[in-house]
Amino acid sequence: MNIIVCIKQVIDPEAPPTSFKIDAATNRVVLPADIPPVIDPYSEYALEAALKLKDTHGGKITAISLGNNLLREVIKKPLSMGADELILLEDEAFTDGDSWSTAYALALAIKKIDEYDMILCGRQSADRDAGQVGPGIAEILGLPGITLAHKIDISGDKALVERVSDDGYEIIETTLPAMITISNEIGEPRYPTIRGIMAAKKKEPTVWKPADIGIEPSRVGDAGRRSRLVKLLKPVYEGKCEIIDGETPEEAAVNLAERLRQEKLL
Amino acid sequence: MAEYKGIMVLAETAEGGLANIARELLGCGRKLASDLGEELSAVILGDNVAGLAQGVIAYGADKVYIADNPLFKDYRAESYTDAMEVIIKQVMPRILLLGQTSTGRDLAPRLAFRLGTSATTDCIELAIDADSKQLLQTKPVYGGNAIATFTSDCYPQIATVRPKVYSPLEPDNSRQGEITAIDTKPESTAIRTKVIEKVSRIKEGVRLEDAAVVVAGGRGISSAEGFKQLEELACLLRGAIGATRPPCDNGWVQNSAQIGLTGKIIAPEFYMAIALSGSSQHISGCSGARNIIAINKDAEANIFNIARFGIVGDWKKVLPAFTEKARELLAE
Ligand SMILES: Cc1cc2nc3c(=O)[nH]c(=O)nc-3n(C[C@H](O)[C@H](O)[C@H](O)COP(=O)(O)OP(=O)(O)OC[C@H]3O[C@@H](n4cnc5c(N)ncnc54)[C@H](O)[C@@H]3O)c2cc1C
Ligand SMILES: Nc1ncnc2c1ncn2[C@@H]1O[C@H](COP(=O)(O)O)[C@@H](O)[C@H]1O
Repeated sequence: MNIIVCIKQVIDPEAPPTSFKIDAATNRVVLPADIPPVIDPYSEYALEAALKLKDTHGGKITAISLGNNLLREVIKKPLSMGADELILLEDEAFTDGDSWSTAYALALAIKKIDEYDMILCGRQSADRDAGQVGPGIAEILGLPGITLAHKIDISGDKALVERVSDDGYEIIETTLPAMITISNEIGEPRYPTIRGIMAAKKKEPTVWKPADIGIEPSRVGDAGRRSRLVKLLKPVYEGKCEIIDGETPEEAAVNLAERLRQEKLL
Repeated sequence: MAEYKGIMVLAETAEGGLANIARELLGCGRKLASDLGEELSAVILGDNVAGLAQGVIAYGADKVYIADNPLFKDYRAESYTDAMEVIIKQVMPRILLLGQTSTGRDLAPRLAFRLGTSATTDCIELAIDADSKQLLQTKPVYGGNAIATFTSDCYPQIATVRPKVYSPLEPDNSRQGEITAIDTKPESTAIRTKVIEKVSRIKEGVRLEDAAVVVAGGRGISSAEGFKQLEELACLLRGAIGATRPPCDNGWVQNSAQIGLTGKIIAPEFYMAIALSGSSQHISGCSGARNIIAINKDAEANIFNIARFGIVGDWKKVLPAFTEKARELLAE
């Protein structure tokens, strides 16, 4: 089983909201200086799904990441968790892309890797929250695609995938190769092992530039966008909270119930 | 791009009828269509769905395109993308709206890449730019820490809309519309995926997404027993139980109770937020609630920034007294 996992580097989604700032002039997020980026948690679930498959079926896991200035101590985490190979699409030109340019470049890189049975992505990324890159890769490569998987089994030359649905889940059979996006219900990603960390230290990622994957300059990064960002704002909640007091917590509770009755909310 | 005209919505079905999201999209689409002075059309894909067309018109569509085929019984990315491609190339809508549902979130990007256009998923606001007539698509990003507005120069402009953001119109059964059957000529051999089984986890009682009252607990509840107390209040208020992620991860409550970015998105009348801090990822799923009532021992907790009423205190002391008083008031 040869599995390709798409892994993104993102700003830490669990950093305190107060550290999150936007530069209004450029419509960009100001990276918090003191909080290092992390591997996109959703990508990590995808990697965990790949590792689970490797545990039972063996094979090779290739992690692939697109970006610029990817921090080696961050982006090598997949290697320390058990991935065999790391490919970076790393270049200034890859910046400021959208779902289109990202999926297109990743698809060309995956074509170049050539040997794969499965491509795994996160259900969405922690910064864009789009959920488009996986289906986009499937469409570009002409592969069957299943989103929001929480379990994958292999039977013969097919995969049985459990997909989270609005009211439960559905079991879908697909031919391979296929693209599958992974949801958090797959289970917590494993911690890197000491052995994994040592192995990752020794292993250098392969870096590919746009020319290495034969991408036309008009389709890379910002140039390849098909959507345009008009504005980026911090949400404002104008709600003023009325704090209900009381001599004791119990009394406050009674006052709250009465206040809600007044408002016809009870 | 003068040839692209009108708004189209994909009207999903549920249990043989129109899905709630279909009515919401028609409500939203109707408004955009009036702003543009153009038509609103709807597509119904499914098996044995012809009977739904009139209802779609009653909820606001001017035209309905029906692709009725046993192959469309279950949603599958390939068959639906193929069919929508045929319909869109024929009708050429300026804007296509889908729901942010398990179908829409899968189909929208697939279709956008097929057609060479862009899509924006999980929109919470849609508007028409007065000058360019382009669709302004607003959605939460960075886990709810920011709100982004996108547009595109590519057509059709595709967006998925979050459930419960738009309200359906009052149905008008006297509305007239045009119904067209479209044979998209699907080929079963071209489809490489097969739905083997559908498993519904909905238990008896109120569906979390539809509940008018939700009683939610966070990490501070600290046990399954704690959630029993929340359940008591939920039961009394005929509501559903919700939770942040930690209680689900810890097994204090079932996973399907999770509210937020990676859980359910809800918009109840009454949201009781107990011992949860109000992380952006959680708020993302409940900011549509009309009235948020927070109980938290930390006066600085972010939940108080979006709550309408709140108590600063220990839920273990507050909740039983509140439930008791509520029971008394409701019995009057
Ligand atoms: C990619 C990603 C996706 C995520 N998706 C979701 C999601 O969909 N939904 C979600 O909920 N989270 C999600 N999270 C997690 C989210 O970031 C927060 O970690 C989580 O919401 C915190 O839950 P909490 O508020 O219950 O816990 P905490 O932040 O730990 O807050 C607990 C609160 O309880 C209060 N408290 C403790 N004891 C008491 C007491 N006795 N009485 C009163 N108050 C008390 C404390 O003051 C505190 O405010 C996601 C995270 C990531 C990175
Ligand atoms: N720059 C990137 N490099 C590698 N993988 C990516 C990148 N962007 C997105 N992905 C993958 O696509 C998933 C969904 O991303 P998105 O469509 O941006 O929400 C992520 O969880 C990753 O698995």
